[in-house]
Amino acid sequence: MMPGQTEFTAALMDASRPAPQGLRDGRGRQAGKRFDVYRNNVAVSLTEALEAGFPVIRKLVGDEFFRAMAGVFLRAHPPASPLMMHYGAEMPAFLEDFGPAGGLPYLPDVARLELALRRSYHAADAAPIDPASLAAVPPVAMAGLRLHFAPAVILVTSSFPILDIWRVNSGAGGGAPRPKEQTALVLRPEFDPRPVDPGPGAAPVLAALIEGATLAASLDRAGPEFDLPALLGLLLSNGVITGFDLED
Amino acid sequence: MLDATTQRPALPHTPGVGYKAQHYSALISDPGCVGWLEVHAENYMGQGGRPLAQLRHLSERFPISVHGVGLSIGGEGRLDPEHLARLAHLVDWLNPASFSEHLAWSTHDSHFLNDLLPLPYNAATLARVCDHIDELQETIGRKMLLENPSSYLAFEASDMTETEFLRAVSDRTGCGLLLDVNNVFVSATNLGYSPQGYIEAYPLDRVGEIHLGGHDEDQDEHGAPLLIDSHGREVVDPVWALLDHTLALTGPRPLLIEWDTDVPDWPVLEAEAGRAHAALGAAVS
Repeated sequence: MMPGQTEFTAALMDASRPAPQGLRDGRGRQAGKRFDVYRNNVAVSLTEALEAGFPVIRKLVGDEFFRAMAGVFLRAHPPASPLMMHYGAEMPAFLEDFGPAGGLPYLPDVARLELALRRSYHAADAAPIDPASLAAVPPVAMAGLRLHFAPAVILVTSSFPILDIWRVNSGAGGGAPRPKEQTALVLRPEFDPRPVDPGPGAAPVLAALIEGATLAASLDRAGPEFDLPALLGLLLSNGVITGFDLED
Repeated sequence: MLDATTQRPALPHTPGVGYKAQHYSALISDPGCVGWLEVHAENYMGQGGRPLAQLRHLSERFPISVHGVGLSIGGEGRLDPEHLARLAHLVDWLNPASFSEHLAWSTHDSHFLNDLLPLPYNAATLARVCDHIDELQETIGRKMLLENPSSYLAFEASDMTETEFLRAVSDRTGCGLLLDVNNVFVSATNLGYSPQGYIEAYPLDRVGEIHLGGHDEDQDEHGAPLLIDSHGREVVDPVWALLDHTLALTGPRPLLIEWDTDVPDWPVLEAEAGRAHAALGAAVS
């Protein structure tokens, strides 16, 4: 009898199941341990992909914990496509419910940031505007300004100090995380994404601008310390803005 | 060099290497005897950024072989139409010298398992594999090369040898073949047949590319040798000897060194390419 790929896959992903029937070594004996080569290849290759994709989560929980967690994750969420660059999109939601990691409530947001960095790395290239073209907009028209953002730009909001946590645990330097909420703006000036702090009070403004709101509508959401010239300077100097239009 | 019938750059009969980003500078400054590169298709299916920019740059310097590792040609289900479209897009954009994939499956029920899994060799699987290759070749508008797998076990349901199966696939679909000499050595050791006999039974006239890589050594529960295709170390001497035996029959072919895990610094990989270069030279004389 030929084992179908349904049975083969079920046995691959669950080591408590016996190897499928009908598999032999070269001498006609049951395949036994030989099937474990495939089991091991699948588990190890997916674990390595998660290690490569979530280096800061791995640093935060330690190698042994990460490997055990990856073993649970990969069985609950095998890749949905052969594009391993996207593998692990379910990690933040998985971490929300993963009891053994419950003592580290910031892990899901750190995972969101790591996913954003990976998405940014593979995002489409886009030519930034010349900052002078924005400077030429008459002040009276600025209220109706809508900015177009490069596809590699991603905003990650959090109620935890995710930027500090990311910096300390990714070798990017910085002191111990401060106990405050932080928003990470992921930029990709050329090919290397990096998360930056968009400045005090800027997160809700940026979120609105990225959603396509006008400058006037976005500024309604600004915090008290918000500094518009500083934010525009940050965006323009990092090639974030690829175009704009003006609403009448 | 353009292939006379396709007007595409052809893979030269020199060593090539599996491209790794850490070797980019070395390859651009002095590739030595390395005359072409292989890339894994799925790593270049993002929308932009460094991977595509590097590949574009490399393709101006080297003939490129695009090697798919995720199509699941041996799968029971139909090929993923989105993945076929991505492959077609990549091949159109890059116009590589060659496209190859594996005699294996890797996707089931829309779950990708990230390994090259085995299939039995019989009339039913032959029909399925041929249908999938026909669909792929039609989608990408060119013939592909199909690679022989590394095997750790055999199926009771097989009633053809692997070489008979590959010959039949090539006859029916017109596809070429990719001969991985390390895979032959691994499978022959694991399943107890002669690697030289396998090579002699292989349809060598269809071989458009030869692969070499390293493997790990283990044992099964009966103490029998169990070799595992790892691409994580140097090619061992018996595989180099099997390569010499192969090249004596085929003459020079594009010859790839694959090293995918524990990737070494460039000089180590370059030394492997140098050994491949010497083997190709010996095959000419």
